[in-house]
Amino acid sequence: MDINWANVFEISSLLKCFIVGGLICVIGQILIDKTKLTPARILVIFVTTGAILGGLGIYQYLVDFAGAGATVPLTGFGNNLAKGAIEAVKESGLVGAFTGGVKAAAGRNCGCRFLWLHRSTYFKA
Amino acid sequence: MEKLGKQTIKFDNPPTILECSSIVGPKEAQGPLAKYFDQTLEDEFWGEKSWEKAESKIIKEATNMVISKSGISSQDIDCVFAGDLLNQCISSSFGLREINLPFFGVFGACSTFVESLSLGAICTEGFAKHVLCATSSHFCSAEKQFRFPLELGNQRPPSSQWTVTGSGAAILSKEGNGPYITHITPGKIVDMGIKDANNMGAAMAPAFADTLITHFTDTGRSPNYYDAIISGDLGHIGKEIAIDIAKSKGYNIKSNYNDCGVLIFDKNSQDTHSGGSGCACCATVFSGYLFKQLREKKLKKILLIATGALMNSTSSQQGESIPGIAHAISIEL
Amino acid sequence: MDPLESKKTYQDYVDKKSPNSKILKNCFNAFWVGGLICTIGQVILNICKERGFDTQTSGTIVSILLIGISAFLTGLNLFNKIGKFAGAGSLIPITGFANSIVSPAMEYKSEGYVMGVGGKMFTVAGPVLVFGISASILVGIIYLIFNTQSVTLV
Repeated sequence: MDINWANVFEISSLLKCFIVGGLICVIGQILIDKTKLTPARILVIFVTTGAILGGLGIYQYLVDFAGAGATVPLTGFGNNLAKGAIEAVKESGLVGAFTGGVKAAAGRNCGCRFLWLHRSTYFKA
Repeated sequence: MEKLGKQTIKFDNPPTILECSSIVGPKEAQGPLAKYFDQTLEDEFWGEKSWEKAESKIIKEATNMVISKSGISSQDIDCVFAGDLLNQCISSSFGLREINLPFFGVFGACSTFVESLSLGAICTEGFAKHVLCATSSHFCSAEKQFRFPLELGNQRPPSSQWTVTGSGAAILSKEGNGPYITHITPGKIVDMGIKDANNMGAAMAPAFADTLITHFTDTGRSPNYYDAIISGDLGHIGKEIAIDIAKSKGYNIKSNYNDCGVLIFDKNSQDTHSGGSGCACCATVFSGYLFKQLREKKLKKILLIATGALMNSTSSQQGESIPGIAHAISIEL
Repeated sequence: MDPLESKKTYQDYVDKKSPNSKILKNCFNAFWVGGLICTIGQVILNICKERGFDTQTSGTIVSILLIGISAFLTGLNLFNKIGKFAGAGSLIPITGFANSIVSPAMEYKSEGYVMGVGGKMFTVAGPVLVFGISASILVGIIYLIFNTQSVTLV
């Protein structure tokens, strides 16, 4: 299967992604510099905000507009969790609310843990 | 031994600081004082498996070095005062578990070096002929315990300080030809409500000023009496605050005052923000730099005031403010 | 003026005395590094789409690749240097999340694999998962009750 590189490097989509992703990070940077919040707290704020905006259906607009610029920041992770929960509620009702988010998170987390186990064998801490 | 004023102790037979030794880590070895230290390490592990083990090794080797440099036998040392920053002071107690001498573990956060020297000096007025004092700290083990993992990609605020990796050790002797510890002024705990663990200098500066002024009132001396007034680890921000506070109380220390945390690193090239900190900051700068200046008679009278922030990671997470402490010793030829 | 008059005056005095972070420079660095990381994600995403994966799978592949790169750089002790330069630029993208899991795991390896690595791995990321998943459960329940996503948008 051939890859159409013009589609991959389509300038307008990349530019939108760059600007939106960058701006989300700038919000984080302002929080770091202007408040005494620790990194962990800032990540919590972002993931929760993402989940709430996702739940309200607002975040999806940003994803449609900016693609990875909206999904790669942690707000996108929060949005994924919310989306997972809503999908699961549609399928299996109340139980879905509890399992959906965790299911959506599984890919990223397991990837992370698995990769770490690999790294740990190569690097001395 | 006699008490002057509120807090100061004056020695009738002032003990001599017989010998000092210092070992520092790789970052300190790139700093402006590098040539004064006895030994510099090439990496933070020094062949050990963990930072905690490396720190124990550093204090162990520093004490061995000071004993061999002094020429006295370790049997002639009557007791040891040592401390560090890790929980339950494991670096010093693990490092010195084979030294086979009576051991007092002390904790005064970063003020521990002067606290040990003070207690050691008091012992020489009594039973002891030789007393060994040592402290250590390690950047990596301290970061791990007090802040975040080293590999975590976060930014340090400009007011933060860099824990010195290293250890300083000194032997006090009842008899000798100086430099002498003539006075000690143990400090009170002073808390001005600073909560920011990334601004230790500001938290400790009021304690420094309190001890400094008490020392002057008790002894009747003025800042000009000393060639140098040296604080432990207030850093650049703490140093400025200390000068301001002293000025507001009517003491001008600007001309002869400096800080070990300012001296040990070059702020511009080493990216250490507000300067050095930790038990080893005051210990290595004194043992490496100041002690040699005293020996060469470039400095004749110094007032060494080590400062400490008496907090831990639990207390700052629970929103407690940071109490500061400062102990002073006056060292004269 | 006596800065030590009261705790309040001292705090005000210290705030005035302590230098501020260089917020403009930090924001600029955060902007372009953060933007760049997202753009790398977008390129990967586009390649996956060209390869014929659906959106969801492509998204997961992007995450896993970025996490892998970040974990690798953390292992090489490079990520903290990027993080120092870029601040939120590398913290907020999924790379920062991966770094926050890998870094304590590396740091606490000396305390063993179970209580050291296993126990401390989520010291920074744990709260993120707890709050993220809790928020998603709430979202799910609210959705169940109102049966619509756009509660406030009506």
